[in-house]
Amino acid sequence: MTLPVLLFFIFAGVAVGGALALILAREPIHSALALVLVMVSLAVIYLLLGAAFIAAVQIIVYAGAIMVLFVFVIMLLNAGEEQRTQRSRMARWIGVPLAVFLTADLAWWVARGVKVVPAAAAVSATEAFSTRDFSLYLFRAYLFPFEITSILILIALLGAVVLARRDS
Amino acid sequence: MEFVSQHPILVVSVVKIVVLLFVTLTTLAYLTWFERKVIAHIQSRLGPFYTGPHGLLQPLADGLKFMFKEDLTRPGSDRFVYILAPILSFSLAITALALIPFGPGTIRIFGQETSLAIAPVNLGLLFLFAVTSVEVYGVALAGWSSNSKYSLLGGLRSSAQMISYEVALTLSVVGVLLMAGSFDFNSIIGSQSGRWLGFVPRWNVFPQIVGFLCYFTAAIAETNRAPFDLAEAESELVAGFHTEYSSFKFAMFFMAEYASMIVVSCLAAILFFGGWLSPLPHSWAWQLYIPSAILVLGGLGVIVDGLWKLRGVARLVFPVLGLVMIAAGALCTRPGVIGVVQGPFWFLLKVFLALFFYVWTRSTLPRFRYDQLMDFGWKLLLPVSLANLVITAVVVLVVHP
Repeated sequence: MTLPVLLFFIFAGVAVGGALALILAREPIHSALALVLVMVSLAVIYLLLGAAFIAAVQIIVYAGAIMVLFVFVIMLLNAGEEQRTQRSRMARWIGVPLAVFLTADLAWWVARGVKVVPAAAAVSATEAFSTRDFSLYLFRAYLFPFEITSILILIALLGAVVLARRDS
Repeated sequence: MEFVSQHPILVVSVVKIVVLLFVTLTTLAYLTWFERKVIAHIQSRLGPFYTGPHGLLQPLADGLKFMFKEDLTRPGSDRFVYILAPILSFSLAITALALIPFGPGTIRIFGQETSLAIAPVNLGLLFLFAVTSVEVYGVALAGWSSNSKYSLLGGLRSSAQMISYEVALTLSVVGVLLMAGSFDFNSIIGSQSGRWLGFVPRWNVFPQIVGFLCYFTAAIAETNRAPFDLAEAESELVAGFHTEYSSFKFAMFFMAEYASMIVVSCLAAILFFGGWLSPLPHSWAWQLYIPSAILVLGGLGVIVDGLWKLRGVARLVFPVLGLVMIAAGALCTRPGVIGVVQGPFWFLLKVFLALFFYVWTRSTLPRFRYDQLMDFGWKLLLPVSLANLVITAVVVLVVHP
């Protein structure tokens, strides 16, 4: 097992563990921290794939901005520990079978077809795709969807400001 | 030795990490001494004076004191997060240093050519921002987990402050990025080589003066230093987010603050002041001897001070220290060494001046009020740095189409 593959399995494990902790933790801040862990290990996996730019942006945007706001809001509202209630009936009758089905489905596909790509080959194939190429695609070929997305985000921002504004 | 030859990169990296950690931790300790001395002299005081000659053993005494103090944990605090917060703060602040290149070219360690940065990645600036953007957690989590009103308020305040100023910080740097056309620290510094009119160095600080002012202001706020140290406004919040921390956990927050100061100063030197490039024209060959001259003069000063002004053990130690400095100065004139020393010398000199500026602002400016801080960040710094970015983009587009 080469080093990149080993690293992949370590960080994939951390990501899955973090995701489980996110659901199982009762303290909202612990859940948020578990989500940060998931984001960071995903960034490492991007790095292993040779997408350094995406990895850095993943940390800056998700771990550094969005999750900080989550933590900030949880702190501001001083949200306490969650109460454990009787599990909902819907989760028992629909959720559990769906989860079993999904896991079986994934296991079947993995067992059947997906081959492990040699890590070295994967890296050399994506190394050519630099930040420069990425931005050229973004601002030439996909300029219109990019601008539409930014306008959508701007509208959401304006909406948030309008809603948060007190009547004077 | 077999292991060394089998894993050269691993061994060399570990050596570099150990050296950098040792140097950084010593610098951190003496930065506190330096700060206290400078502030004291600005305020017509003497500063630390009794622990060792010129108070030079004060950092050591502080470190020992931190280690032997009782390590308190408040009842009702979230233990895991409470311990995690200082570790996160300190390790992230130190990690950012791994990306800083301290000089040009390569050096030889164990016969292995290696650059003067631990991690010379070509997206250096972006990764540095990735690390610093996560640093908020240390402060926020410390405030939350302490189970104390003062800590919570301090944590909330400083996370709001760090989030607000991070935007201006990042925007003010994009102008430099546009001019260099790269995230790589080496090419950013390389783009600043050369002169205007034959003598003015082509440093980014001249065309990007607005960007630099925005950067440094935002950086002071980002590192929670005076006049933006609202997180620990002692007259209102006791000590802010680290009120409930004692012993070495408090020391870790302290060291994290100074480590981020060093990182920010390094970044200022790289982005705006030409990194390791010398400010003097290339044709002046005598500039190669400046590091040696400074070391020799400093050594002489230490000897004179030790023999004429100090008593006791210091009277013996200081002359020896001076001789060591003079020997180091002489070593720096050797043919093999003189070229290697130049880059790190200019770089560290610029970082030192930036750190001095930090301390200077702290001792001369009064603290902002919280609403003033927010107004300043969002209504002045952000629009100005955005305008700077737009103007730079237009100019770059016109000059290099």
